[in-house]
Amino acid sequence: MSQSIDTGKRRFLTAAASVVGGAGAAAVAVPFVSSMLPSAKAEAAGAPVEVDISKLETGQLLTVEWRGKPVWIFRRSPEVLANLETLNDSLRDPSSNVLSQQPEYCKNDTRAIRDELMVLVGICTHLGCSPTYRPELAPADLGAEWKGGFFCPCHGSRFDLAGRVFQGVPAPINLQVPPYHFQGDNLVVVGQDAEGVA
Amino acid sequence: MSSFMNWLDARFPATKMWKEHLSEYYAPKNFNFWYFFGSLALLVLVLQIVTGIFLTMNYKPDAATAFASVEYIMRDVEWGWLIRYLHSTGASAFFVVVYLHMFRGLIYGSYKQPRELVWIFGMLIYLALMAEAFMGYLLPWGQMSYWGAQVIISLFGAIPVVGEQLALWIRGDFVVADATLNRFFAFHVIALPIVLLGLVVAHIIALHEVGSNNPDGVEIKKNKDANGKPVDGIPFHPYYTVKDIVGVVVFLFIFALVLFYAPEGGGWFLEKDNFVPADPLKTPEHIVPLWYFTPFYAILRAVPDKLMGVMAMGGAIVFLFLLPWLDRSPVKSIRYRGPLFKIALTLFIISFVALGYLGTQAATPGYTLAAQIFSVIYFAFFIFMPIYTKIDKDKPVPERVTFQ
Repeated sequence: MSQSIDTGKRRFLTAAASVVGGAGAAAVAVPFVSSMLPSAKAEAAGAPVEVDISKLETGQLLTVEWRGKPVWIFRRSPEVLANLETLNDSLRDPSSNVLSQQPEYCKNDTRAIRDELMVLVGICTHLGCSPTYRPELAPADLGAEWKGGFFCPCHGSRFDLAGRVFQGVPAPINLQVPPYHFQGDNLVVVGQDAEGVA
Repeated sequence: MSSFMNWLDARFPATKMWKEHLSEYYAPKNFNFWYFFGSLALLVLVLQIVTGIFLTMNYKPDAATAFASVEYIMRDVEWGWLIRYLHSTGASAFFVVVYLHMFRGLIYGSYKQPRELVWIFGMLIYLALMAEAFMGYLLPWGQMSYWGAQVIISLFGAIPVVGEQLALWIRGDFVVADATLNRFFAFHVIALPIVLLGLVVAHIIALHEVGSNNPDGVEIKKNKDANGKPVDGIPFHPYYTVKDIVGVVVFLFIFALVLFYAPEGGGWFLEKDNFVPADPLKTPEHIVPLWYFTPFYAILRAVPDKLMGVMAMGGAIVFLFLLPWLDRSPVKSIRYRGPLFKIALTLFIISFVALGYLGTQAATPGYTLAAQIFSVIYFAFFIFMPIYTKIDKDKPVPERVTFQ
């Protein structure tokens, strides 16, 4: 037994033990943090929704629930479709270049498979409120330029009737078009591409 | 009795702690009206914890039954209405008291050296309190509960790259759902109260280490008598314990008036839309957070960009943390400050109140412009503080506290 204390060795051993102990503590945090992620049950609840649109009139909007979110299905008149192009200059992303916001088959002028029928996820891309359907022309509260669209009551974001976001509002990108396809003339399947599950 | 105390003191520092924090804690003798709100905050904290414990006995943290269980408490549980209203009114009272307490710190420079950590711990309490209030507001599972939570959690989605994943992790589902309600209940009744209590202890220990500030901003520890006691100090107990009891009586009088005659506070303490059960498909026409969040909400809405808006809102709170280092004046109290600070503080308070009002209103272009102007003033108060506090014409500070 030596009388002198090797402090360098002690410091090394303390540091090494601390590092190993710290790594162990960090590893223990993994199951706790992971337990807060969506459970297997929440992940599985995403089945496609079939919607009958035979009774949907022009201008009418139908809200269905898909993955817990509101999905709007509405029929647009030829005037509405003609107006879409005139708005391009006041929109952030008129040609739908943000690819995450629509399936490939909806990256077109009307953001739809059939021009008159629009399908949109009704969740504002700003902070997740559900915007209000305001199809009327030039209402007092929205101004003379308004040609119909969606107005978010939470923070004032505006979208046109193709779900495209206007400039100068808090929402950064267009409303999302979910994957969908038609079965025959009157049935929309929301949540599924024509080829298979999205 | 004394032999029992001797026995106890040999095993636990009961008498020592009593002396350090009450009977021999010397506080300046010139405390005024603004010094009631610290002890009142402590009172409301106790009220919230006690009423909260009794509410959990009947509340059900389940999306299918939560709304009905709150109505069950209100209608069928003996005195349930009183306990619930005590808790919901208590939440608003908490913020009233805390905002007045913080205002006191602003006018008398209580955040300045050597009390920086008292201020930091206080700000952390304020943050924990905001989280506690936000999570508690989801529990009744009404329309405002639901959409308020949806908006606030979506704020995290604005963070680049990891944002969406983080928001998903917080919700535990793709939208606000049962999983979210259940975990918010856990945070609201266990995790955050523990954090809050720990922070309150740290706040008070730090305060008692450096000693209390006062309306003159004079350090009483600079003038001590032969026994080492500050000449301008008086023992907290009995002098201020008795004074605070007067404050408690007045506070409870006003609190009871609200509690019994206007428990919903005209829609300000319990919003009308929250008496409608949560509907994930429909946002209420006019969504507003509770009044104590509206200044920050107005700042968020004033910025027409998602990420910048969230950053501005976060920045509005971060700047408050930095206050001890932004203020370069050698003078603490507003009594001896120059005109620049007085003007800046007045503009700041007007902006804060105006933003609070604008945050409750619909986002019309005129109101949005007003919110942008007041947001600029809010930030200017902090950004230019190092300059105007330095060049300000401060008055001479007296050696001793003034006391009539």
